[in-house]
Amino acid sequence: MPVWLTEEEYRVLEAACECLIPRSDRGPGATAAGVADYVDGLLGAFSFDPPRIWAGGPTSGRMGGEAGFARFHQLSAIDELAWRTRIEGSQSLPEREFNGPVVGLQERYRQGLDALGADFCDLDVRGREARLRADTEFADLLYGHACEGMYGAPEYGGNRDLLGWRAIGFEGDVQPRGWTDEEVTRP
Amino acid sequence: MTLDAVIVGSGPGGATVADVLTAAGWTVAIVEKGRNHLLDPDDLTRPASDFSNDEVKFRSRYFLGPDPLIEPRTFRASEDDGERTFVGEVNSVPSTVGGGGTHADGKVPRFRPDDFRLVSRFGPQDGADVADWPLDYDELEPYYAEVERSVGVAGTDGANPFAGPRSGPFPMPSGAPMFGATVSVAAAERLGYHPYPAPTAANSVPYDGRPACNNCGFCAFFGCPIHAKGDPVAMLRRAMATGRVELLPETFASGIRTVQNRATGVDVVGPDGAARFLAARHVVVAAGAIETPRLLLLSGFDHPLIGRYLMTHFQTIVAGGMPFRTYAERGRAVTHVHDDMIVGDDASRQAAAEGGLPWMRGGLVEHSGAALPILEATHYPWGSAHPGLMADSPIRARLWAFIMQGEDLPYPTNRVDLDPTIRDARGFPAARVTYRAGRHEHVASDHYGPRLAAILKEMGAEWTAVTSSPGRGNAASPEAVPESRHNVGTVRMGADPASSVVDPQGRMHDVENVVVADSSVFVTSAGYGPTLTLVALAARAAHVLAGTRPA
Ligand SMILES: Cc1cc2nc3c(=O)[nH]c(=O)nc-3n(C[C@H](O)[C@H](O)[C@H](O)COP(=O)(O)OP(=O)(O)OC[C@H]3O[C@@H](n4cnc5c(N)ncnc54)[C@H](O)[C@@H]3O)c2cc1C
Ligand code: SF4
Repeated sequence: MPVWLTEEEYRVLEAACECLIPRSDRGPGATAAGVADYVDGLLGAFSFDPPRIWAGGPTSGRMGGEAGFARFHQLSAIDELAWRTRIEGSQSLPEREFNGPVVGLQERYRQGLDALGADFCDLDVRGREARLRADTEFADLLYGHACEGMYGAPEYGGNRDLLGWRAIGFEGDVQPRGWTDEEVTRP
Repeated sequence: MTLDAVIVGSGPGGATVADVLTAAGWTVAIVEKGRNHLLDPDDLTRPASDFSNDEVKFRSRYFLGPDPLIEPRTFRASEDDGERTFVGEVNSVPSTVGGGGTHADGKVPRFRPDDFRLVSRFGPQDGADVADWPLDYDELEPYYAEVERSVGVAGTDGANPFAGPRSGPFPMPSGAPMFGATVSVAAAERLGYHPYPAPTAANSVPYDGRPACNNCGFCAFFGCPIHAKGDPVAMLRRAMATGRVELLPETFASGIRTVQNRATGVDVVGPDGAARFLAARHVVVAAGAIETPRLLLLSGFDHPLIGRYLMTHFQTIVAGGMPFRTYAERGRAVTHVHDDMIVGDDASRQAAAEGGLPWMRGGLVEHSGAALPILEATHYPWGSAHPGLMADSPIRARLWAFIMQGEDLPYPTNRVDLDPTIRDARGFPAARVTYRAGRHEHVASDHYGPRLAAILKEMGAEWTAVTSSPGRGNAASPEAVPESRHNVGTVRMGADPASSVVDPQGRMHDVENVVVADSSVFVTSAGYGPTLTLVALAARAAHVLAGTRPA
């Protein structure tokens, strides 16, 4: 079950992400890495308490230390104002409109996915790419988030089983182990 | 209760002032608009554990602020461009307890003696108000030495042939050289340059109760998860341990109150939105070189030079693709630098003359790679080429680069003022930056860019590319917004109240119990990162206030 999107929107989102970061002989694509879950998790960040905005610290546990990334940070009142405005839009609320209205990510995604069309998943790759190229603003937004979902820490919902990092030989968060002086200077 | 001092800003400048004043027995409040992710809220003498190797949190989601939706700045290249061409993030450094010291990868070289006396050494430049500083290197040296010890700086004595004289050794030896730097240093030396290990505010050995850096690679733009970076956690922890500091995070200083040319304290807005007044004998402003003039203007101070002479460094960025892995994800972001392009030579003097300049200066050159995958991915196109590009990784795994922090001159037209319309979430006018590089910066960049590319080719580069920040194209495009994070010069220091805002000790000429203790006071930008020099100046200003001497 998606966190914020409808099932139908989620399917279009997943197909669009796969088009941006496709599976190939060089590695898995966005679908296998759960990139759509990253985007859906951002859109629905306030369905969780604390909201899924900032993973905790100082370590994830993958290289030793505690699994601190799993404990998300509480937001302050002003942090919440910023992130609700960014995600939900200003919704005519005066405290969010001190510099004018803000269109939120939820609305941009809802409209962008709608414009890709209910038949998006039925198209071949060229057809999907053409739809994405027809709305470069939405494609740019989605690509930025897809990169975060593919290559960001898995606690945010993407990079499932570290597939994104493994495909590119990236070790990810290395604290508290770090790198030895020898590994730094004479790898 | 009247405090001895209210310090606005908890970055390297404010933290240093708090350290010196509390050691002298003063009772202070530190007003910081950002959140506290640096010190343990249950025991403010200990570091917190909020920092992490997390590219989403630090690079995509404004964990350390300022969030441009809440605290936008505005930009235009010149007054001819109308009220503004851009609203958002303009050369910001973190807004958080610790300020930009939390993000910085901490190359902290000292300036050299010539950097304080450009006019007497080289003469004036058309269009720029170049001036000598009202103090020289020798006067600042004891403060450089003190803050190198209090921050914890690692370096190699005698390695930089161009450095000014030192009264003592670096507190720590240099840390491990990055592999890519070992190759670029050798290539630069073959071409006659003089690279050296960057003096760095990160522990190479356990120091001051904090561990040695373990080379995690998430350094520039990230807080250090193990607090091996000394600046400014070391000074803040010491100040907290005196019990004489009230740290007020999430609290915005909205104005300095004055009665008959003396400040009586600071109006603040707390985390709950409630306004209150902090009465104090002295006010120290260390809000950074964009927010400091903003606060002075919000306070109604009217010296005509407040905000003028903004400098940010004109960065020349030269990248090369290597036929080998550079391992830039291992280690501090930069381990080596060279000064040759500040010092100049016959070829640069000839290029200056051909460019119509009496003289010109480049800047410190940082030897570095590009490390992290989200940033890399966004530089590649989407679609079928993406997986192969990410796996082959010409940017993350195989790129090496030089960033020259080119000295930019103090032009009166480059400035910070209050935007007439755009506000922050608390309702206060945003800072507006007007900035355009001049002929000096462009001639220097054009001269040194190809020379840096030649070093990359000597390393074996298969391709090279030269760019700059700010970009040199359309003045209305976002690329015209500088991204150097080195803001200086907006509250100029000098002996003459007609040509400077603060006196040689950092006190405002007009309101002498207001002291400015950050890089706003710089007279010229030098070609070096500003932090060690601003911290040394802040220590000096605090010692003058307290009547103490550097340790
Ligand atoms: C990624 C990165 C790398 C860097 N690398 C280097 C480097 O290698 N070498 C170098 O020399 N420099 C470097 N810098 C620059 C360095 O961070 C700054 O020079 C330094 O932080 C400036 O210190 P400061 O104390 O003057 O101001 P800041 O660090 O900007 O601190 C000012 C503080 O004041 C607070 N504040 C502002 N206005 C108000 C207000 N009205 N009320 C309350 N609080 C307020 C802000 O929130 C902020 O926390 C780097 C910066 C970044 C971001
Ligand atoms: S590279 Fe070193 S100083 Fe930088 S964040 Fe990692 S451990 Fe800290």
